[in-house]
Amino acid sequence: MSGPRAGKNGKVNRMEQTNMHDLALTAARSRLLAMEMVHRAASGHIGGSLSAMDILTELYFRVMRVNPEQPRDPARDRFVLSKGHCTPALYPTLAQRGFFPVERLKEFRRIDGQMSGHAEMHHVPGVDMSTGSLGQGISAAVGMALAGKADGRDYRVYTLLGDGEIEEGQVWEAAMAAAKYRLDNLCAIVDVNGLQIDGATADVMPSEPLDKKFAAFNWNVIPVDGHDFQALEDAFAAAAACKGMPTVLLARTVKGRGVSFMEGDYGWHGKAPNDEQFEKARAELAARIAELEGK
Amino acid sequence: MAEKIATRAAYGEALAALAEEYPQLVVLDADLSGSTMTKGFAKAHPERFYNMGIAEANMMGVAAGLATCGKMPFANSFAMFATGRAWEQVRNSIAYPRLNVKVVGSHGGLSVGEDGATHQCIEDYAIMRAIPGMLVVSPCDAPEMRQAVKALLDYDGPAYLRLGRLAVESVTDAIPGYSFHLGQGVALRPGADATVIATGMMVQMALQAAEALAAEGIDVRVLDMHTIKPLDGELVLKAALETGCIVTTEEATTVGGLGSAVAEFLAEHHPVPVVRHGVEDVFGRSGKAQDVLAAYGLTPAGIADKVRHALKLKK
Repeated sequence: MSGPRAGKNGKVNRMEQTNMHDLALTAARSRLLAMEMVHRAASGHIGGSLSAMDILTELYFRVMRVNPEQPRDPARDRFVLSKGHCTPALYPTLAQRGFFPVERLKEFRRIDGQMSGHAEMHHVPGVDMSTGSLGQGISAAVGMALAGKADGRDYRVYTLLGDGEIEEGQVWEAAMAAAKYRLDNLCAIVDVNGLQIDGATADVMPSEPLDKKFAAFNWNVIPVDGHDFQALEDAFAAAAACKGMPTVLLARTVKGRGVSFMEGDYGWHGKAPNDEQFEKARAELAARIAELEGK
Repeated sequence: MAEKIATRAAYGEALAALAEEYPQLVVLDADLSGSTMTKGFAKAHPERFYNMGIAEANMMGVAAGLATCGKMPFANSFAMFATGRAWEQVRNSIAYPRLNVKVVGSHGGLSVGEDGATHQCIEDYAIMRAIPGMLVVSPCDAPEMRQAVKALLDYDGPAYLRLGRLAVESVTDAIPGYSFHLGQGVALRPGADATVIATGMMVQMALQAAEALAAEGIDVRVLDMHTIKPLDGELVLKAALETGCIVTTEEATTVGGLGSAVAEFLAEHHPVPVVRHGVEDVFGRSGKAQDVLAAYGLTPAGIADKVRHALKLKK
């Protein structure tokens, strides 16, 4: 695997990355951007953004057919951030992918900016659906997949959910509908970091066994390490190859991934680091970037 | 005798009739297609009809997703569940992103009848009206409904449309040159002493009340306010200036609906007595539709009483 591959539209997208080292570097840079966003805004959801970052990087830089110059191209693959609070993962990913200048991330959560706290589709190029209220994004993704089938288009629809989010009943309404309509153009990813605002998902509202639940809803279920780019690549390929039913990737992740004192601590779900914590986090993330850059 | 047909029946016919003209029109229902009258469309265009099961929250989100891809979804259930159960989905997945979804609530108001309070949605106008940018449309008869469906297809944005269960007399077809425009009320009867502003099937009752009051020498204007939001302020203001008092009537709670919209508008522009007629902050109950309506005073006589009261306040 080396060099940019030709997109499905025949056009080589130079931003597309097939090299795992490059993906890791992009994700590391996005993590630092996310930390800066949340620190600057003094609010935002850093824990679940860090856990989802590798998944988003894999999607936008290797899996999805998107063109930053035509963010509304009807033929594009779609992505719905059902866990809509994780904009510190989505916005840096979109910025690095070229949808808008990285500089605009400074607008995050500011009254004089357009980068809303939760994902917003009209002011942030590349965002396919406004989300934030948990459980709703997956339904929109089902609608997009239905439209794709109705129009005979071959685009794929991806949606990322939190493992706390799936406590919402609407998720399972959507799961039934996706199976009914055999939406093999739909791929959901659950960011299974095991933590939600009030504590461990296992304590707040146990949702396991997730594999059996989705299988019982007639979904193709693929467990995957959500921080392993090769495993993610293989899982997305297997999802695309599965016909007649929707696929869900149960991506095991670590909340706060990449920052030692944030990893596995539910307290970092929706808290911004203070200056001291930020410096510590920044140093760790910068060291990782330098390591990947070979410096 | 004028045609008597339920607005839900006219709605179902209109959807099917307009399907070819609007190839992006798709219809969703939540296991009530026989009642919401989307069945005809489903039969004629099965590939454009989605039965989403008894899952209204998901239905609204799916409709939103379809709209992002250029479809023109009409999402149907009883008013109670389309606007109540799925209120937050309508707000966050449809209205906030300004997506072109029409939320359609059938069996609005007390005239659901026998099913009782759990199914008698009296809050739909209020809770849909509270959402920024949401249109609220409530046609009174079949001809108006047919035009409303077309107007909503031509309108690119979120809207709520209420349908009624009961067969109702057509009245708008008797108005020369009548045509439906979103956001523009219609004067169905001239009058100088008082104005009744009505929506949905209370329009017909308002006309009957005006007829009865005419026998008492009271000259009542009747406005058909098929669009509750945006309110036709110009028409309301003119009525306030020319008749000096207003009665609103709706098959809904008096809290937050048409009456509130009119009272809010006039309080800020030209305060005159405004008397609200509707369901007075109580739940409905089971019974034959006409009996339930009568039990709650939703009758021409009930409207006439409010007009007499408004005239007293005006003095």
